[in-house]
Amino acid sequence: MPRLRWKTRLFATVVVVANVIGNFLLSVGLRRHPPESVSGWMHALASPWVFFGVSFLVVWLLFRLALLSWADLSWVVPVTASGYALTALMGKVFLGEHISATRWAGILLITLGALLVRTTAIRTTKSHATREVRR
Amino acid sequence: MNWLLVALVSVTASLGDALQTLGMKLHGEIHDFRPSALKKVVLRLIRSWHLGLSLVLLAISFGAFLVLLSVADLSFAVPATALEYVSTTLLAQYLLGEKVNWRRWAGAGLVACGVLLLGL
Repeated sequence: MPRLRWKTRLFATVVVVANVIGNFLLSVGLRRHPPESVSGWMHALASPWVFFGVSFLVVWLLFRLALLSWADLSWVVPVTASGYALTALMGKVFLGEHISATRWAGILLITLGALLVRTTAIRTTKSHATREVRR
Repeated sequence: MNWLLVALVSVTASLGDALQTLGMKLHGEIHDFRPSALKKVVLRLIRSWHLGLSLVLLAISFGAFLVLLSVADLSFAVPATALEYVSTTLLAQYLLGEKVNWRRWAGAGLVACGVLLLGL
């Protein structure tokens, strides 16, 4: 396994944190303004919670795009998915969601799956491999 | 209803991700992060259909995700959409030609089991 460069670590961290905060803000906004009708959608999309939630997800998307230019998709997706457990914790602590033992077990399995994949090589294709596959 | 939304979010997201990766890999690694260089990257990427179609798919996925968040718990909606792992791993191997080893498959398998547990 090649050592991860500081650039890769930095980008992966920003991707995880921005995703967790973004999803949390969206969840708060959409529960305050459920998008059940056209006007409901307008209210939801105009709320500051949803605006800042989307802003965090834009940061997430940009950093992820850059990360994808040098790392394999099947490395990027699992590493950033460590945010799933963090998001559930935000739901419990800040939104008062009840999380059953079964649900925690499910989240634990998802996290273990992510950690397992984290130990694999960051890139397995050569620069032009995707081009060759498409021919 | 919730599971239908979960499936829609996951399938469109993984298809969008695979196309995005194809587009960025065809572009090549970004080394220069100065604004002028990033501007050139953006101008080149705008002309690639991979990125355009991937953004449409990801927008559909995002809309479905917003609806899911409004009707389901945050601690259900976000982990459940990890179903994306399974479809993404399949696409990574068969569309992008990435060598998915047993560890990655095992990881995706664990995630799939975890998502099943969320539904119990």
